[in-house]
Amino acid sequence: MTSTPLAAPVESATAFLSVRDLHVHFPTDDGLVKSVDGLSFELDRGEILGIVGESGSGKSVTSQAIMGLHKGSRAKISGTIQFGGRELISASEEDMRSLRGAEMAMIFQDPLSSLHPFYSIGDQIAEAYLVHNHVSKRDARKRTVEMLETVGIPNPDKRYDDYPHQFSGGMRQRAMIAMALICEPKLLIADEPTTALDVTVQAQILELIKELRTELNSAVILITHDLGVVAETCDHVVVMYGGQCVEKGLVDDLFYKPEMPYTWGLLGSMPRLDRGRQTRLTPIPGSPPSLINVPSGCVFHSRCRFTDRVEGDRCTTERPELLPCAPGHEVRCHIPHAEREIIFLEEIRPAIEPTEELPT
Amino acid sequence: MIRFIAIRLIGALAVLWVVSLVTFALFQLGPELSHTSPVYYYIGRVPFPKGSTQLKLLEHRFGFDLPVWQQYLEYMKHLFVGQNITDGVSDPVHCSAPCFGYSFRQNELVSTLLVRAAPVSISLCIGAALMWLVGGVTVGTISALRPGSIGDRIGMIGSLAAVSLPIFFTGPLMLLVFEYKLKLLTDPQYVSVFSDPVGWLKSLILPWICLAFLFAALYARLTRSNMLEVMSEDYIRTARAKGLDRRTVVIKHGLRAALTPIVTIFGIDIGTLIGSTVITETVFNLRGLGYLSIHSITTQDLPVIMGVTLVAAVALVVSNVIVDILYSVIDPRVG
Repeated sequence: MTSTPLAAPVESATAFLSVRDLHVHFPTDDGLVKSVDGLSFELDRGEILGIVGESGSGKSVTSQAIMGLHKGSRAKISGTIQFGGRELISASEEDMRSLRGAEMAMIFQDPLSSLHPFYSIGDQIAEAYLVHNHVSKRDARKRTVEMLETVGIPNPDKRYDDYPHQFSGGMRQRAMIAMALICEPKLLIADEPTTALDVTVQAQILELIKELRTELNSAVILITHDLGVVAETCDHVVVMYGGQCVEKGLVDDLFYKPEMPYTWGLLGSMPRLDRGRQTRLTPIPGSPPSLINVPSGCVFHSRCRFTDRVEGDRCTTERPELLPCAPGHEVRCHIPHAEREIIFLEEIRPAIEPTEELPT
Repeated sequence: MIRFIAIRLIGALAVLWVVSLVTFALFQLGPELSHTSPVYYYIGRVPFPKGSTQLKLLEHRFGFDLPVWQQYLEYMKHLFVGQNITDGVSDPVHCSAPCFGYSFRQNELVSTLLVRAAPVSISLCIGAALMWLVGGVTVGTISALRPGSIGDRIGMIGSLAAVSLPIFFTGPLMLLVFEYKLKLLTDPQYVSVFSDPVGWLKSLILPWICLAFLFAALYARLTRSNMLEVMSEDYIRTARAKGLDRRTVVIKHGLRAALTPIVTIFGIDIGTLIGSTVITETVFNLRGLGYLSIHSITTQDLPVIMGVTLVAAVALVVSNVIVDILYSVIDPRVG
């Protein structure tokens, strides 16, 4: 968990990346899929923002909207995405293309399927450099070898000509990172970069992303469903549920003073080593909502244990606003702020905090 | 790589050996097992009943009285060493290796017949194959890039129509239009490409189109479905995330992957087609291997049937070996 307290995110248009009221809808035969429905956040250079949520909560769709990868598909996008002063949603495909890879880059979940099986690792990385820089192939190769060395691949000059199937999982993800960072992008989006890797490699990859963030002073969006990764890496966190942001704040807010019942659920279902051995993980009952028939009222109401704390049936009829409860900490919930604090302290924290009998 | 090729070649030789065994068993032993004399299928329906001295003498001359394994060894020996063939009256004819025997029906060496017919079939197949490959892949790719668009629908309905139209319909139709109505071609005869390239082209252009039309339709559908699958792969998203332009993404990253399985089918199709373009050859009056095989079957000309079968098998095996080697070059995961 980051110990250095950071200033609250600047709530103004001067942020390096500013997403405002983003909607991404996909028309399908079954109806309109509202993958992202009114998402807003800011991010400055040098910061790492974690986007957390279950599968289908709209995390990846958001990142691909920022990269402009929905252009040419049937997706209907509205809202604004300001990136270094430029508006991205209305930008042309050609403008987005020149930004992609150069100013903003992306790392994907499964490095094996994300690399082309028929081209060598080195050529694929060099391609990313060549498309944005007018240099000779020799210089691109030199730069690629440097990059491979930076991300910690031994014998980079030899491994340049290897194919993806000759790399191990962790090495492939390192290569993907090299590809993403070769043009020194100002924004790096890592979409579940460690999900397909084993635990020891996970830590190395996260460490690498953090180092490079410091070196290049890039903004990083880390998409994950693993709260452990968030705690280790991020400065700010956005919790997404059903295509909406349900809670956002500093990483310490989220872990020590969470207020949204969904965040409580996530924390309760996270395995922790410092918890008693006998403690069972508490799953969130039910399953994520349909994004076609988004529930009325609060998107989380059908799975929420605390709807009885709200007067009347507001939880099922009225959508709660995302309201600030502390500087830089916003929550989407009908339960009054004071009562949420009490519930967390009295009911939630005892169940998820370390118990007396620590594992020996 | 060399090891890979060596293994494939040894495999191919083994297959050819089995083919020679099966061919021998089916055609040379078949008549014997069904209690007719192979002589009848060798030199014609001689008026000697089975068991007569004259027939026995003939059987002796062709070696049909030898034990089976010895007959097979003789057959293989002739294939690799050659032989002198004699009917006992005229001067012996030297049949150099590979010797498939003598066609008494056509009064020519089987190898002469094959050498005359093979270039026709090969020209027909290779030319048509290039046409259908280029045409089919182009239509398929365009269709896949905008699935559901008007271009896609025209391409796919067109290819459905093309698959459904048999050559004995499209062939005469094209002859009617281009030869008899428009008079663009006047009864072209096959000539060797080396002696008259223009004449060669004229004689083959219509059969190429007909044959290619049929196959292009299959390849268009295949390319389309492969391409649709590949374009939704993660590595295409990576290519786009790198900032590559659409053309590079589609051709360098998409088509490259989508075409790999098509190479396999392409090789096998050409190999199979070389001995089996009977309908096209018949419609356009070309004397290729297909025509030769049908002709020899209807006239019960055993040595020619065996010869054509072996040549067709060799074509298929060779094209498969080429595909395997090519595949190991295209796909770094193989070999």
